[in-house]
Amino acid sequence: MRLRRTMLYLPGNNPNMLLRGHLFAPDGLILDLEDAVAVREKDAARILIRDVLKRGEFGSCEVTVRINGLDTEYWRKDIETLVPLGRLDGVRAPKVDDAATVKQLDEALSEIEEKAGLEVGKTKIFCLLETARGIFNTYDIATASPRVTAVIPGGEDLTADLRTNRSPEGTELEGIRKSVIVAARAAGVDALDTVFPRITDDEGLKRETEFIKQLGFDGKSVIHPNQIPIIHEVFTPTEKEIERARKIVAAAKEAAERGLGAVQVDGRMVDAPVVKRALFTLTRAGLLEEGTDNA
Amino acid sequence: MPKNILGREIPEFIEGYGKTLPFMGEHARKPEGNRAGPKLRAAFSDRTSKVVPDLKAAIAASGLKSGMTVSFHHHLRNGDFVVNAVIDACAEMGIRDLTLFPTALFGVHKKLIEHIKSGVIRRIMGSVNGPIGQMVSEGGMDVPVVLRSHGGRPRAVVSGDVKIDVAFVAAPTADAYGNLCGSQGKSACGSLGYAFTDAMYADCVVAVTDNLVPFPAAPVSIPQIYADIVAVMESIGDPAGIVSGTTRITRDPLRLLISKYASRLIEASPYFKEGISFQTGAGGISLAVTAFMKEAMKKRGVRGSFGLGGITGYFVDLLKEGYVEKLMDVQSFDLEAVKSIAENPNHIEISADWYANPWNAGTAVNMLDVVILGATEMDRDFNVNVNTEADGALLHGIGGHQDTAAGAKLTIISQPLLRGRIPCVVDQVYSVTTPGEVVDALVTEYGVTINPRRKDLIDACQAAGNVPLVSMDELVARAHEMCGPTDPVETENRIIGVIEWRDGTVIDVVKQLKKK
Repeated sequence: MRLRRTMLYLPGNNPNMLLRGHLFAPDGLILDLEDAVAVREKDAARILIRDVLKRGEFGSCEVTVRINGLDTEYWRKDIETLVPLGRLDGVRAPKVDDAATVKQLDEALSEIEEKAGLEVGKTKIFCLLETARGIFNTYDIATASPRVTAVIPGGEDLTADLRTNRSPEGTELEGIRKSVIVAARAAGVDALDTVFPRITDDEGLKRETEFIKQLGFDGKSVIHPNQIPIIHEVFTPTEKEIERARKIVAAAKEAAERGLGAVQVDGRMVDAPVVKRALFTLTRAGLLEEGTDNA
Repeated sequence: MPKNILGREIPEFIEGYGKTLPFMGEHARKPEGNRAGPKLRAAFSDRTSKVVPDLKAAIAASGLKSGMTVSFHHHLRNGDFVVNAVIDACAEMGIRDLTLFPTALFGVHKKLIEHIKSGVIRRIMGSVNGPIGQMVSEGGMDVPVVLRSHGGRPRAVVSGDVKIDVAFVAAPTADAYGNLCGSQGKSACGSLGYAFTDAMYADCVVAVTDNLVPFPAAPVSIPQIYADIVAVMESIGDPAGIVSGTTRITRDPLRLLISKYASRLIEASPYFKEGISFQTGAGGISLAVTAFMKEAMKKRGVRGSFGLGGITGYFVDLLKEGYVEKLMDVQSFDLEAVKSIAENPNHIEISADWYANPWNAGTAVNMLDVVILGATEMDRDFNVNVNTEADGALLHGIGGHQDTAAGAKLTIISQPLLRGRIPCVVDQVYSVTTPGEVVDALVTEYGVTINPRRKDLIDACQAAGNVPLVSMDELVARAHEMCGPTDPVETENRIIGVIEWRDGTVIDVVKQLKKK
């Protein structure tokens, strides 16, 4: 279970940010070839990202690239150039509207991985849902390929498609966020929230993060490094939650050693999903190795 | 050619500077003899006003002649009108070959270039930067500039190395008998710290004010016993250039990251305890370190004893909120600091001598626990360069760099590893300003690099567990890898700048740049 509390967008044409983004210790990086890069700079940015990937220094971050949309002429070149390097954990695909788009990307990735001698299926897919159609098809999209690891509702594009705009309260996104959560959980993928655009509004970011955490989101995309500690703090479990998780994990360990199935902690039955949740809590608290999968 | 202890070649005699003493270590040079003194003078009750009609009258009355040394302070910073006005007047009066002895010069003083070219100014003892720095670096002055620290300068004066003939003291408030104050008036600048030694040791002191008040002025920074002449100008400076508005903490994520690491280092050090004293200055990183430290002090219930140096509104808040007991202010950077020094008895005005001079009975930096400083480059031996840029041109003055580094128990240099494509760590710095023996740590976005001689700090950071440590070798290798090799600076043999250690020995020389 990988932590994805924060995934930081890094403009694909900015070597300074590409080289140093990992120093801010987000859980993941998104090297951006899409919106951050003007059309005439697409090739230069792709080459730059290629060289940065070859250098391969990203701390413990999950490394992804936001490729250009499958409705453009660039996406295939994006993955053909970058995937064979073997350093990418995943690609973030913009404007995914339906399962067919995912399947098309899946097939292209398989071909490239096979040719490069990489494990087929290694490259995960993060789906950006930026249209009403995409939101409507969330479950189908999330189950269209085993590569799909997360779905992410869009912000600006999506609200435009809905014929509204983004408000500070996020009223227009509330129903969408809830439906994305249900679909993501049903499909067994992560739900990651859209970016918070007002980069100097720390209080607003904190409020929105608390809200989406309560809805069940696993994390948020980030457009400025200063947003990272604020989001991490919201996602960091409280002392009480940590204490309870520790008790559950200890009880489960003891039960396993004694060959028992379910055990009781504080008068409540503890079964596998509860243990899994407790391990996740400890991971979020930084008390277990990131990426440890004990479930 | 003889070398100093850092291996820098220092000629025994430098044309326009004189005989040199090579730097042999932090405390190697011991003072001998007595203090120097200004000429005696007497004033009696037949003259109760020292006011003259204008600057030219003041210059005439001061006895200033060609070839003499004139001094200025830099409390009006980039808003200063006085230096340019005095030198303009000298030029009009036919005075030439002056030695200019400012505590610092700013961009606003680039007008002096014409006076250097025309021979009104023959020599500068003080920092040169911007266009003047470039001009000097390219060989535009016949005599080398002499760079001294804020403590080295008063040392040079009290020891007699430099004799000030006339000190022009810009005074935001003065009375007709020469009581001077920095915290009142439309051009208020707060502390007059850098002017004290000049006022006490010059043969003649000319106060220049735009706010003449009835005798006696109060409060008084520099009393009437030092001022010989009071000249009135319509305006001594532009308030917008004298003090900044509210100093804000940086939101630059890289600088914030560096600040976070620096404050963790401080928190892990043995000095983070009740009574801690610190100097952090006004730079983006420094201010953010102060903010992080405040959080840590709050969390751990630690209260500081004093904040030192250039004071900002942020430090004033620390004083008001009880995080420090006192502020010792040699220079007030913003409006809040100016207001505070006028009102709060725990906000103390100190002179540069008191602040940093190594040759007195005890200077403020000696009581300092922690200082955060900048650098243009630093090398494997932790030697720091703040004077020259990567292209070899004179860029900055020394300021209090040498003094606070020597005095503080923990000296931290904080700097991004790269500025554009220029790395801040190199195999060997181009010029040495501050020797590695007084520098304890470098903090970059890659973590904390501790001088190996501070094994205790390395242990403390490891014990704390949240300070990412990176060795100097690793950092230099990383810089090499990211930036590639840098072409060496090409110079002529002629020396255009002499960098003194705070005790007057020569730590390095700067050579003239080859024409491109």
